[in-house]
Amino acid sequence: MLDPYKIREDFPILKRKVNGNPLIYFDNAATSQKPKQVIDAIKEFYENHNANVHRAVHTLNQEATELYESAHEEVARFINASGMEETVFVRGTTEAINLVAYAWGLHNLKKGDEIVVSLMEHHSNIVPWEIISGITMASVKYGKVNDDGTLDYESFENLISRKTKMICLSHVSNVTGIVNDVKRIIKVAHENGALALIDGAQSVPHMPVNVKELDADFLAFSGHKMLGPTGIGVLYGKKDILESMEPFQGGGEMIREVSFSPKTKRCSISWNVLPWKFEAGTPNVCGGVGLAEAVRYLKRIGMEKVKVHEETLTKYALPRMKSCEKARIFGTQDPSVKCGIIPFGIDGLSSHDVALFLDNYGIMVRSGFHCAQPLHEIFKLSSTARVSFYIYNTREEIDRFTEVLKEIDQF
Amino acid sequence: MVSTEDYVARTEGTCGKEQDVIVIFKYDKKDEAIKKILAKATLKKSIARIVFELTFGKFSFRLYGSGKAIFRDLKDKEELNSLLSELLS
Repeated sequence: MLDPYKIREDFPILKRKVNGNPLIYFDNAATSQKPKQVIDAIKEFYENHNANVHRAVHTLNQEATELYESAHEEVARFINASGMEETVFVRGTTEAINLVAYAWGLHNLKKGDEIVVSLMEHHSNIVPWEIISGITMASVKYGKVNDDGTLDYESFENLISRKTKMICLSHVSNVTGIVNDVKRIIKVAHENGALALIDGAQSVPHMPVNVKELDADFLAFSGHKMLGPTGIGVLYGKKDILESMEPFQGGGEMIREVSFSPKTKRCSISWNVLPWKFEAGTPNVCGGVGLAEAVRYLKRIGMEKVKVHEETLTKYALPRMKSCEKARIFGTQDPSVKCGIIPFGIDGLSSHDVALFLDNYGIMVRSGFHCAQPLHEIFKLSSTARVSFYIYNTREEIDRFTEVLKEIDQF
Repeated sequence: MVSTEDYVARTEGTCGKEQDVIVIFKYDKKDEAIKKILAKATLKKSIARIVFELTFGKFSFRLYGSGKAIFRDLKDKEELNSLLSELLS
């Protein structure tokens, strides 16, 4: 079992008070807090190793390059990719999906082609595909979601045909915490000759994810949701697919050679090897270093233990939240198909009122659409409040949270 | 006329269908702002002097001891500014 009390000692921010109360941080689906090991790694990098990476020979450059490349390798091992050439560092999940939409979609989609996504997706897995379909004249098809927030697998699978070129699905819903059987959908996609992009923003930080076992063609996730710094994320892609793709952005680092021909008066350009072909410009070196440290931290705990801990907290929280008279929990409450995210509301109060009320007691929860408006439309809700757990959350925090919810009951 | 800028650190539209506006008062001015608002508005309900449900003219809003307030059904930013100006004067 994971020991959250021991883990908490590594997180300086958890020692602070908010509005006179000990901080209870239940907004982990938005971003996670950072352990001192990650903070120290960032500090150590800037104090001792900071330099631009690649294409220089001085000592600091070599140190920074080694740290940055080894960060790719660390992340590759974490998700069981074949190697660092399959792990492109980007700003976050959103940029990872945009990279695929532009670099793959613009060159591979045409009128008559279809992209299949689900209605439970985060906007970042809807909007890029709508933009690209507008340019390429391909169409986006939406798989339905059941009333309890689970994916309607039949609807989704029925949309996949030989016309489908890409399916895009979240591994875990950022609103309901429902875990989708992405392996099943990926198999159907491949049987129809389509590629599969999995949004792993809410799964990679919270459970073991093995890209080979899933057979995902692309997996996108963010560093800041898994103890790492903001501004760094990962696009995993199968090597042969990434190699066949055109670059996303042009500039330094992503090229091997740019040569001007006086005869044609143009430059001929050849691309760098993977993953640098997709990392134009000076990369977020320190972000990579911080992310690698975060991955090492999670590996020391063990991702299976992380998953079990969050399941345990969810099972503990659900009946306690339900015992509050005015509390309503949305989506399935079956802990076997969801991880540590619980969307809820309080009768007579907007989600923002709920979040502001809890904030008074030092309890941080999110309110609003959570960038998933279509799913809220299915639930016929104007917005929801959401608690989301991580490795440092405890049962005592849930007890305090439900005590405060009971105070809201009186309002 | 009081300048709302003296009291207000930030206003933010909420994410969701409600289109409410959250006003965050400056930390060092929040107690003064709360005192002024409570003196002007009509109290409908409160919990432990932490949350206050208030009305002022046709407007209803909630004020929180943490120095935040949530306003509903406002037409635009001008209406918010004029309301805040009256409440904080």
